[in-house]
Amino acid sequence: MSANFKGVDYFNIDALLSEEEKMIRETTRDFVNKEVIPIIEHHNQAMTFPKELIPQMAELGFFGPTLPAEYGGLGMNNVAYGLMMAELERGDSGLRSFASVQSGLVMYPIYTYGSEEQKKRWLPAMAKGEKIGCFGLTEPDYGSNPGGMITTAKKSDGGYILNGAKMWITNSPISDVAVVWAKLDGVVNGFLVERDFKGFSTPEMKGKLSLRASITGEIILQDVFVPEENRLPNVTGLKGPLSCLNQARYGIAWGVLGAAMECYVTALEYSLSRIQFDRPIAAFQITQEKLVWMLNEITKGQLMCYKLGRMKDEGTLKHTHVSMAKRNNCEFALTVCRMAREILGANGILDEYPVMRHANNLESVKTYEGTHEMHTLIIGEDITGIPAFRADEKSN
Amino acid sequence: MKIAVCISQVPDTTTKVKIGSDGKSIDPSGVTFIINPYDEFAVEEALKLKEKQGGETFVLTLGKDSAKEVIRKAYAMGIEKGLLIKSETELDSYAVARNLADVLKDINADIILCGKQSIDFDNNQVGSLLAEMLGLPSISVVVGLTVEGNKVRAEREVEGGKEVVESTLPVVICAQRGLNEPRYPNLKGIMQAKSKPIEEKQPAYTQNKIEILSMSLPKPKPKGKIVGTDLSAVPELVRLLREEAKVI
Ligand SMILES: Cc1cc2nc3c(=O)[nH]c(=O)nc-3n(C[C@H](O)[C@H](O)[C@H](O)COP(=O)(O)OP(=O)(O)OC[C@H]3O[C@@H](n4cnc5c(N)ncnc54)[C@H](O)[C@@H]3O)c2cc1C
Repeated sequence: MSANFKGVDYFNIDALLSEEEKMIRETTRDFVNKEVIPIIEHHNQAMTFPKELIPQMAELGFFGPTLPAEYGGLGMNNVAYGLMMAELERGDSGLRSFASVQSGLVMYPIYTYGSEEQKKRWLPAMAKGEKIGCFGLTEPDYGSNPGGMITTAKKSDGGYILNGAKMWITNSPISDVAVVWAKLDGVVNGFLVERDFKGFSTPEMKGKLSLRASITGEIILQDVFVPEENRLPNVTGLKGPLSCLNQARYGIAWGVLGAAMECYVTALEYSLSRIQFDRPIAAFQITQEKLVWMLNEITKGQLMCYKLGRMKDEGTLKHTHVSMAKRNNCEFALTVCRMAREILGANGILDEYPVMRHANNLESVKTYEGTHEMHTLIIGEDITGIPAFRADEKSN
Repeated sequence: MKIAVCISQVPDTTTKVKIGSDGKSIDPSGVTFIINPYDEFAVEEALKLKEKQGGETFVLTLGKDSAKEVIRKAYAMGIEKGLLIKSETELDSYAVARNLADVLKDINADIILCGKQSIDFDNNQVGSLLAEMLGLPSISVVVGLTVEGNKVRAEREVEGGKEVVESTLPVVICAQRGLNEPRYPNLKGIMQAKSKPIEEKQPAYTQNKIEILSMSLPKPKPKGKIVGTDLSAVPELVRLLREEAKVI
C-alpha cells in the first residue's frame, strides 16, 4: 500500500537516533518498498517464501549484522537492528521471521556456543545467504514447555545418534543446517544437523492461514548420526535455546511495530478519502478515537523498543524486559491491524490492502517465541517470585 | 580514471514546503532532506564506471553542515572521498558553479558527473556553468553513457525521442532519470561511512549574481465539482467544459 511510507514518529523519536541508525532504516525501507511490497501478496496467497530476495537481503547485510566482521557480520548496534526488523515486518512478518531465524536463532547460537571451526564454517556463509538455517525446539507435544522435549541424542562412536520429531519449524524445508535441541542423558544440548545427514527429513506443513509467505515444516530425525564436531560445545541445559529465543524476541518486539505502522498509515489514508454521509469517515468521532488509539499505542511501543535497544547495547537488558516488550507490542499491533480492518470496511478484507495479511500474520507472532500468556507469567514470576506456569510453584 | 560527482541536498519530494517568515526562503523546520534524486543517478553512474574501468571516485557538495549527510549517503553507496564546501548562506547557481569549478580545476577529473537539475530550485544550470568555467564539453539530460578509452558516447533525451552524441574526456555529464537504477547503500557501506573522513573548506566565492525577491506557494486547487454520477450528467459536463473551463 504505502510504497512511499515515511514512517510514523509522533514523538520525534528520530531525534534520539544516530544518522547511521536512520540510514540503515532508510535502506531497509527502500528495499521493502521496491522489492517486497509489490510481490508479497502473491507469495502470501501462493504460500511461498520469496526466495529470490535472499541474495539481495544478504548483499544488503540483513543476516547476522550485529556479529563482528570476522564472522561476516557488521558490528551493528541493536537499535539499528531493531529498526531494520520493523521495516522488514512492515513488508511482511514472514520476511522478518526469515531474518530473525537466520540471525537470532541460528547464527547467534553458533556464534555464542559454537566452536571456532563451527563459526568459521557457518557464519560467513550464512551472512552471505549461501546457507540457510533453522531452529528446532518445539515438538508436537512440547510447545510452551520445551523442557519436556523427548528428542534424544545418544552417544555413539565419534558422535551421537539423534531420534525425535520437531514441529512448527520456520525455514526447515529450505534449510541447509538445523540447530536441533535434544536431550543427551537427560540434559538439553544443541546439535548442528546438516541437510545431507542420513535419516534427516523436513516435510513442509501445509494449511496455514497465517504467515503464509514463510515456510514452516517439521524436522524428523530417524537414527541420524551427528559427528562430535557438530555438537555446540559451549552450552548445556535449557538456557541454550532460551537465550536464542531472547534474541529473536527482541527482533519481534521491534518487528511488529512495522506491521502496526503499515496498518495505521493505510487506515489513516483510507479514512481521509472514503466519503460516507457526505463526509470523510475520518470526520466521525469513532474513527478518530480508533486512529488516536493506534497512534498512541505505536508511540508507546516505539519508546519501549528504543529503550530496550539502548539497554541491550549497554548490557543492562534482562530477559523479562524483552518479554514485556514482546508481549505488549504483539498484543497492541494485532489490535491495530484489526482496527485498521474495521476502518477499511469491506475493503479491509481484500488482498489489495495489507491489513488482513498483517492481522493474520500477527496471530502467529503473538504465539511463537513464547506465547502472550507465557510472557505474562514470566514477568509475573519476576515481580512476585512465584512461577505460576509450573505445578511446583517453587522459584529457582 | 578519476571520477568526480557533484551532489546537493534538497528537501524530500514528499515534503510540504512552507515559506519562511522573510518571505523569500524555505522554512526548514519539519523538512526532511535527501540527496537530490538526479544526483543519485550521477553517483550510481560513477560507481558503475569505477567498477568497469577502475579508478577513484570523489563527491563534492556545497551546502550547510547538514549536507554532510548526503556525502555519507554517497560513501554508503561506495564513493571513496568527499568534500563539503561549507556555506551557511544560500548561494545562486553561478556562485555554486564557481566554487565547484574552483575545486575541480585542481583535481583533473576525467569525468565530472552531476544531476541535470536539483529539485529544490530547478535552475538546470550548475552542470553547464561548471563545464563552461572549466572549459570542458558538457552533455545534458543523459539517459545512457558508455566510456571507451578516451571516447564518450551518450544518449540524451530530446523532445519526443533520443539523441546519441559523442565527445571525448574530460567531460561534464548531467544525469537524467533512466540513466540507471541507483543501488541501495548496503548496511556495510553505511557502517563504514561514519568512519570515513569528510574534508571541509570555505567557499572561495560568496557573491550572488541573482537575488531572490520573494517566494509564494501555488494557489490551492479549487474544489472539484461533481455534476452527476450517471450518463444523464454528460451534456451538462460538456457544457461546463466548453463554457466555463473553455478546454473543449
Ligand atoms: C508460524 C510458526 C512458526 C514457528 N516457528 C518455530 C521455529 O522456527 N522453531 C521452533 O522451535 N518453534 C517454532 N514455532 C512454535 C512456537 O514457538 C510454539 O507454537 C509456541 O511456543 C507455543 O507452543 P504450542 O503451539 O505448542 O502451544 P501450547 O504450549 O500448547 O499452548 C496452547 C495455549 O495454552 C497456553 N499455555 C500453555 N502453557 C501454559 C501455562 N503454563 N500457563 C498459562 N497458559 C499456558 C498457551 O499460552 C496457549 O495459549 C512456530 C510457530 C508458528 C505458529
